[in-house]
Amino acid sequence: MSELHPPPTIEEFYKFCTQRKLMAVRCMKCRHLMVPPRTICSQCHSSRVEWAQLGSKGKLVTYTIVHVAPTLFNHMAPYAVGIVEMPEEVRLPSIIRTSRLESLKIGMELELDFSPRPQDPSWPQWPRYFFKETA
Amino acid sequence: MRAKPLATIVSAGVSKFGRREGLYARELFTEAALEAFHRLENVDPGKDIKAAFIGQMSEAYEHQSHTAPIAANWAGLLPAAATRVEDACASSGAALRCGIMAIMSGFYDIVMVGGVEKMTNQPTPEVTTILASAADFPFEQWNGMTFPGLFALMATSHMHEYGTTEEQLAKVAVKNHKHGVLNPKAHMQREITLDEVMKSRPVCWPLKLYDCSLITDGASCLILTKPKLAKKLTDNRVQIIGTGQAQDTFLLHERDSFTSVKAAKSAAQEAYKMSDMKPKDINVAEVHDCFTIAEIIAYEDLGFCRPGQGGKFVESGTTALGGSLPVNTSGGLKSKGHPVGATGTAQIYELYLQLTGQAERRQVPDAKIGLAHNLGGSGATAVVHILRSD
Repeated sequence: MSELHPPPTIEEFYKFCTQRKLMAVRCMKCRHLMVPPRTICSQCHSSRVEWAQLGSKGKLVTYTIVHVAPTLFNHMAPYAVGIVEMPEEVRLPSIIRTSRLESLKIGMELELDFSPRPQDPSWPQWPRYFFKETA
Repeated sequence: MRAKPLATIVSAGVSKFGRREGLYARELFTEAALEAFHRLENVDPGKDIKAAFIGQMSEAYEHQSHTAPIAANWAGLLPAAATRVEDACASSGAALRCGIMAIMSGFYDIVMVGGVEKMTNQPTPEVTTILASAADFPFEQWNGMTFPGLFALMATSHMHEYGTTEEQLAKVAVKNHKHGVLNPKAHMQREITLDEVMKSRPVCWPLKLYDCSLITDGASCLILTKPKLAKKLTDNRVQIIGTGQAQDTFLLHERDSFTSVKAAKSAAQEAYKMSDMKPKDINVAEVHDCFTIAEIIAYEDLGFCRPGQGGKFVESGTTALGGSLPVNTSGGLKSKGHPVGATGTAQIYELYLQLTGQAERRQVPDAKIGLAHNLGGSGATAVVHILRSD
């Protein structure tokens, strides 16, 4: 395993979310950025990686509006999920919060935010990052 | 040069697909196995079939894992070596590859491959949750993603990039339901209109209820053997001449493109090369239409049409029965149903019927070469097979 502290694990990613930080892992050899974090670079297979904090602005690459939701998300439906591209050249999946689902557009600017951990004891006690329309 | 067969299919069976209340997965599998046994009188299953590779996606539907020995046991295959293969919706496509390799290695003479899923004893939100478990847990499921959701992300991209329309997606559903009417084993043997699809309730925009495959109970199986032995067993033979399987990033967002499934392209290239076939050589295909957009992308990934042209391709009628390349003559996952673990070998079952001239009202005239395209998850797994009538 990597000697990086904290280690490049998914659990640590969500601990950073508790501190309102959105973190990727960067390969120290080829500079490739990865979310979720991992030990082996998906491009060059080097195992030297470091944490890199991402900014708070992103762009919507694609999206859907979920009407039929899994049990835990039923109370939120309909809600939007999408893929967000960060200017650092890394993408991530995210819930997209908006008061007007019909106003979503590919290419629109989005802003990062965090929500407290869900109360359902059957799911992990992680906070969640999400994106919303820029104010 | 004529490609050498890897293995030969000498029989096939499927259960009736549908809402099969009161039946366990093992009982559905037995129903499929009985059809396969009846088609092959020269084989004594309990004695001659030495191994079974059985696909199943999830033990959560009926709180039952270790499914392969149960299914094989009920099907009368004791004491054959029985192993479950899991690759989400490509489970039995992958099981078929295990069977091919078992035959090619010379380890076994006759094997059974198949798959099963008993889904309808869970309510829809629970089925949605179980299916979503084939997506990444901490990043996709955790962000409220579902399977229709992942394919909807691809649909939104395809519409944005190529101008594909919701009507074009709907036309895939209309075509496949028209085919499904001709398949007595299909779940929903009913034609639907374009208007019905367009007005059906949204599941994950832009995908509506009638863009989605069905939650179905069902099982399928094939009997494989060495090409030489096959001739002694039956006249209804289909050769497997190409197989390909590939992997793409597990998480959708890590891919370069959301309008194509790279693993499917790679698996197809592998199978085309092995069989010395080209897209224009294919007479009939079963593709993984878990959602209508998936069939449109499959046309493009398999080289049936150019990238971005899938919407127009379905409108051209080429892929309908009567066209030059009928796709999903079984009704597809859309109308025949999608009992996840059973789907891969159920596609091959349809091609077996087509290539042995037993597809009755939906027979494609003179079908000699068939292709099956089976996806796992959002395309982290893809399996492609090319078959030839023997």
